[in-house]
Amino acid sequence: MTTGIALQIGQTLLALVLAPMLMGWVNVCRAWLQGRVAPPLLQPYYNLRKLFHKDAVLAHDATRLFRFAPYIIFACMVLAAGIVPTLANDLPFSPAADVIALVGLFALARVFQALAALDIGTAFGSLGARREMLIAFLAEPALLMVFFTASLISQSTELPHIVDRLAHQEFALYPSLAFAAVAFWMVSTAENARIPVDNPTTHLELTMIHEAMVLEYSARHLAMIEWAVALKLFTYSTLGIALFLPWGIAPAGDLNALPLALLALALKLAIGGAALALLETVNAKMRLFRAPEFLGTAFLLAVLGMLTHFLLEV
Amino acid sequence: MDTHIGDIELTLTPQGGSAVWRFGLAPERLPAFARAIQEEGGQLLALWGSDDRHLGRGFGLHMVFLSSQGLVWTQADLPAAAPEYPDLAAIFPQAERMQRAAYDLLGLRASGAVDGRKWLRHTAWGEDEYPLRKDAPSQPPPASPTQADAYPFIRVAGDGVHEIPVGPIHAGVIEPGHFRFSVVGDKVLRLEERLGYTHKGIEKRFEGMDLSLGARLAGRVSGDSHSAYTWAYCMAVEAALGFTVPERALWLRALLLEMERVANHLGDLGYLGNDVALSFGFAQFWRLKEDWLRLAQRLFGHRYAFDCIVPGGVTTDLGEADALLDLVRRLRTEVAELKAVYDEHAGVQDRFAHTGRVDPAMAARLGVIGLAGRASAQAWDLRVQFPHPPYDRLEVNMATDRRGDVLARVEVRFAEVFESLRLIEAIVQRLPADPLQAEVPHADGVREGLGYVEGWRGPVLVAVRIGMDGRLDRVHPHDPSWQNWPALEVGILGNIVPDFPLINKSFNLSYSGHDL
Repeated sequence: MTTGIALQIGQTLLALVLAPMLMGWVNVCRAWLQGRVAPPLLQPYYNLRKLFHKDAVLAHDATRLFRFAPYIIFACMVLAAGIVPTLANDLPFSPAADVIALVGLFALARVFQALAALDIGTAFGSLGARREMLIAFLAEPALLMVFFTASLISQSTELPHIVDRLAHQEFALYPSLAFAAVAFWMVSTAENARIPVDNPTTHLELTMIHEAMVLEYSARHLAMIEWAVALKLFTYSTLGIALFLPWGIAPAGDLNALPLALLALALKLAIGGAALALLETVNAKMRLFRAPEFLGTAFLLAVLGMLTHFLLEV
Repeated sequence: MDTHIGDIELTLTPQGGSAVWRFGLAPERLPAFARAIQEEGGQLLALWGSDDRHLGRGFGLHMVFLSSQGLVWTQADLPAAAPEYPDLAAIFPQAERMQRAAYDLLGLRASGAVDGRKWLRHTAWGEDEYPLRKDAPSQPPPASPTQADAYPFIRVAGDGVHEIPVGPIHAGVIEPGHFRFSVVGDKVLRLEERLGYTHKGIEKRFEGMDLSLGARLAGRVSGDSHSAYTWAYCMAVEAALGFTVPERALWLRALLLEMERVANHLGDLGYLGNDVALSFGFAQFWRLKEDWLRLAQRLFGHRYAFDCIVPGGVTTDLGEADALLDLVRRLRTEVAELKAVYDEHAGVQDRFAHTGRVDPAMAARLGVIGLAGRASAQAWDLRVQFPHPPYDRLEVNMATDRRGDVLARVEVRFAEVFESLRLIEAIVQRLPADPLQAEVPHADGVREGLGYVEGWRGPVLVAVRIGMDGRLDRVHPHDPSWQNWPALEVGILGNIVPDFPLINKSFNLSYSGHDL
């Protein structure tokens, strides 16, 4: 039990520490692919340190909600990162590692983000919050359908069971997961405010979705949000790994498999980050009102995955 | 020369060998004349005022019309006591903001104008002060910070309509301007611009400058059009003083102007990629622009070839012509490759096509000019219709498009890059052997001249009056952005808010050149 708790804490800390590096890695890859000189891999950490050392500026109209929201969002993302099996399976938090609960955690963070954006009453805040909700209400069902497809195979919505079934039992090919994986990638780009749905590096305030909501944040508040954004990308990446490439995650109670699990994780994240950078380089951002079509396609693919499961795998 | 536009007989006075014709008119005849120009298919290019009271007259109202005859520079004398003239905005809508500016700066009132709001006037000077009058102090008193800039924006009312104020401070490092959007959801119902934040009093600053210092200031009206402005200014001075500059200097000026066009178009094509989050395009076009600017630094000692054009000629000769020709050839290949990337990228084309459309009829009505005009079938290019040397021997091909959307403006930019590269090659190969400069003669009495150059945005005009003392008495630089800013308000209609930065960038208008 104590090793379980130690592993749980270790895995959560690992996510906390590694998340900004994944962000840095994506930025490095993007720069390379565009023929630019890359920023340091550790640049996100420097940014966080800088932000934590600054004095926070708050809008006159800001209520307590605006000040607390970054911590709530950060806490949601830490919790989410903690329950996804990253290194080892069946940790103490596992009973909570239900995919529906996970979607709920993301939704909770999003609600507070949108409320905080509306709280100060600027035009950009409400504009961002409105667009975020447009994206969210289309992305969430698609995400749930992806999870349902995966859970049909393992007959459980608990992530440890899904991972156990896919990685540690007899190897089988699941065509339904191929559909689900594509749908999951599409939803992830929308949820993480990446190209082609949103552009995390833009300075054009009128085009922003996620960035418009955090425009008024500064210093430690902004640092918490930036860190939460990095954690969200990390969690989604590990979630994708757990669902579609779970090989390497240490089975329950197997400590000897941990070094290999760590290596596998690093390798998968590096490849995943590079792939994300590649997709962001070759794609342009789509017109905002194309996002519903994009997410509708994701939903459709997830449903097709489910149908495929019933047609081919049962 | 006696000619007629419509049924109005004109006695036009030519300005030494150029396409500019001068014409004096009583203020009450202005609307009839403007209407005749319009019926003939012409446009109003510029409108400004001058304080002529020290010359024994009242105020002057100046207009430059674009007509089949050339550029008609019309002047109406207004009485000093009540400087009023009939409104022209009902005939040429582009006159509206110029008229409002003429009132803010000089107190010339357009009677019967629908929109009488202030334009360039914010809070830097009082309600009854006119800073461009000769009796106004050249240094304005410091503005009182308590004064609020109450500007009555036009409100759109209705269920679910709300306003998004943007600027004048933006998230990126760009020039300041305020945009007031009235939207339902993300759909734009109305956009209203408020400009004038970069008003620096350039026109006042010109007064009393000597001719060579004036060239330096003219080049800084809008830095991205440096060569266009200095050339137009020098052309105006040379026309006013009635002397010609050596051929080689004119060819080198054209070389600088075309190099400026290429640099700006490359930068804009990169930015347009960046605005749809295709940073690949951004990085590639800016790599090419950087190579181009570094070569300019090597050839002319400045990345944007600042201060190479002076009254009487140019200061720097073309040294390494081979290096320039090499880069021209490389650019032609690489830009063609990048054009193929833009052309075949479904995401980019989806964002560009049908976005920010100004249809040809609307463009004609608003007097949209230059690059943006050519993308909406307004086929005007001073280098083609009224070519001054050396363009009269270069046979420029005009690039036009009928679609009027972001894609059309991108296509025109690409076509103009290739055309400018061709022109640069032709200029380098045919550069006549001549001295670089002619001596600037002394002025005997008050002299006036108008210079016109097709800059990369469109026609840049500079009108110059040299006073009795041989120094500048009144200089008016006119940027094509004046008539193209209103087109942006029309182009955004029916589009969505997040497409605005892209549409705005496809016009890429000057704030500084407009605010003066």
